Amino acid sequence: MIQIEQLCKQYGAARVVDDVSMVIEPRTITTIVGTSGSGKSTLLRMINRLIEPSSGRVLIDGNDTTAEPAHLLRRRIGYAIQGLGLFPHRTIAENIATVPRLLGWPQARIDERVDELLRLFQLEPSAYSAKYPHELSGGQQQRVGVARALAAKPNVLLMDEPFGALDPIIRAKAQEDLLGVQRKLGTTIILVTHDIDEAFRLGHRVAVMSQGRLLQHDRPEALITRPADPFVSQLIGADDKALKLLSLIAAGSVAESGRVDGPSVPATASLRDVLSELVWRGAAQANVLADDGSVAGHVPLASILARGRAQA
Amino acid sequence: MSRARPATDRIDRLGALLVAIGALAVALLPPLVFKANRIMPGEPRQLLDLLPAWGSVTLGLTLLCAALAALLVRDARVRLIAALAAIAVLALSLGYAADVLTPPGNRVLRVAPGSGFWILIVSLGLLATDALTRLRPGPAWRVLILAAFLTVVILALGSGRFDDLSIMREYAVNADRFAQEARRHLLLALGTLIAAVIVALPLGVLCHRLPRLRAGVLGVLNLVQTVPSIALFGILMAPLAALALAFPALAALGVSGIGAAPAAIALFLYSLLPIVANTVVGLGRVSPAAVDAARGMGLTGAQVLREVELPLAMPAILTGIRIVLVQNIGMVTIAALIGGGGFGAFVFQGIGQTAIDLVLLGAIPTIVLAFSAAVVLDALTDLTRRVPQ
Repeated sequence: MIQIEQLCKQYGAARVVDDVSMVIEPRTITTIVGTSGSGKSTLLRMINRLIEPSSGRVLIDGNDTTAEPAHLLRRRIGYAIQGLGLFPHRTIAENIATVPRLLGWPQARIDERVDELLRLFQLEPSAYSAKYPHELSGGQQQRVGVARALAAKPNVLLMDEPFGALDPIIRAKAQEDLLGVQRKLGTTIILVTHDIDEAFRLGHRVAVMSQGRLLQHDRPEALITRPADPFVSQLIGADDKALKLLSLIAAGSVAESGRVDGPSVPATASLRDVLSELVWRGAAQANVLADDGSVAGHVPLASILARGRAQA
Repeated sequence: MSRARPATDRIDRLGALLVAIGALAVALLPPLVFKANRIMPGEPRQLLDLLPAWGSVTLGLTLLCAALAALLVRDARVRLIAALAAIAVLALSLGYAADVLTPPGNRVLRVAPGSGFWILIVSLGLLATDALTRLRPGPAWRVLILAAFLTVVILALGSGRFDDLSIMREYAVNADRFAQEARRHLLLALGTLIAAVIVALPLGVLCHRLPRLRAGVLGVLNLVQTVPSIALFGILMAPLAALALAFPALAALGVSGIGAAPAAIALFLYSLLPIVANTVVGLGRVSPAAVDAARGMGLTGAQVLREVELPLAMPAILTGIRIVLVQNIGMVTIAALIGGGGFGAFVFQGIGQTAIDLVLLGAIPTIVLAFSAAVVLDALTDLTRRVPQ
């Protein structure tokens, strides 16, 4: 658990981060979203003390982060940034081995860990470990950047616009991969982005920042249905609130029992996708398929519409 | 490729220029100069008159082959071999002709290469280096080729075949001093370089970290660089002489207004700017994301510098060191003017005695040294440039 308590950062007269307090539950993804200059990156960088707070404190699992030297703290926290910052003069394997090497792991354990991570990110070790970053595509470099951040098995991973440089298709794949890896490893991730869709897609909880202040920190549905500030509604957008809400709900989680006549959708599809499918086919209900392809239940159109309705 | 190109396209432009220069030199300028003693004006002699018939034919044919290769052959290996063969035969012919012209036991008369010889051998040298460049050898190969070239030259000069040439005569007279001045030259050039690296590298890192310091330091060093070397020697003379007078202990250590001390100080000062400036530029080009990631992953400040910033800035820093080394090797020559020693001692002594051979005895090793230093440091720079720019 990460507790951020009344954190402030002041440069001269300007308050870049203004009295932010929040609690981040372990094994969740929290996205911090805001416009540029909102203080979201500064907030993130104060967690691993790349920037020292002017006042306030950060506790990780109950321990004040200032209790140990900053560089030792950072070795326990994963860090991945936009543009990745891969070391161009080091091979992929050497890049990933950075923190384990700093921690003095034995070489055999480092090699094993590097291979394990490369496989986790679908990069065949024999083909990639000896390559240099410039020999990889943008998407591959991005995966190496995240693999490097996870190398020493940190409980906490900080990410600053990690997908900012990717084109939309690779970006969607990278987000999917990150969700998969997080489910598998249970890492607590704090991810900064300016893209509200990305924030909704990845975050179990979303924190909205503006002008240094934390406006709202809640589950994505709550941001849509109960925005705490006009800026939050504005950021979410007025036009497709219902669809945004539906996009957060998986078909499998609302399926009713029984098989019906109609198209089939996977259980992981969002209700937004199911709605689109029903409109396209002119159908009133869809079967929900489990992972093995068997019918797990169905979703009627009316139930989808009910879940997209504004709640009083 | 099989289509016939127009004739003008088939002729190599650089080759044509070099052949034209070489041909003019052969036709108009003397390959040999014969002097009754070392300071008398020389009279021109023709090489072909002095060689045996088979020698003249061999020399003529190899020069013709080199000219044809320069004009018509595109394969760089053939061009290289033709040029090297011509250089070797020309040099051997020169040594042979000097031997013929010198009566046994005569130590007074001088046979020197003439302007025709120099221009021809420089043209052939350019042809060879151009061919080598076209072959694009890797860094290790370039150093190997240089080592092979120097070995061949030293073995050839030691073989005795060139002992009757005027420069070798000067060498024979000054052999002991030559080794001593060579050591002095290297010591001054390398010693001041090492001292400059020890000071300039940390200074460059500081300038990178503190932008406010940067403008001041670079400004002062720029000012130093604009002072002509002779003037700087002069400026240093007075304070150093005063120091030596005031502190006899310093004088005992070799500090004085003239000699190696002011030379070393001046060379050191000139060496600072290229290394500081290149260190600042090199560090400035390191990706900020890589530095941020390194810090974010828990590298300490020193580790970021050692493992990320310096390795990535190394090609730029080595370029600065190369500039300094080549500059130092050349400038040590001038230091001889104030008693600093080095190959320049021969140059100034030769000028004083109007003995051009003695000037060359100082000048040629300086050029070879500077050239070798440039090749070795370029190779080192390439080896550290693992990242494409």
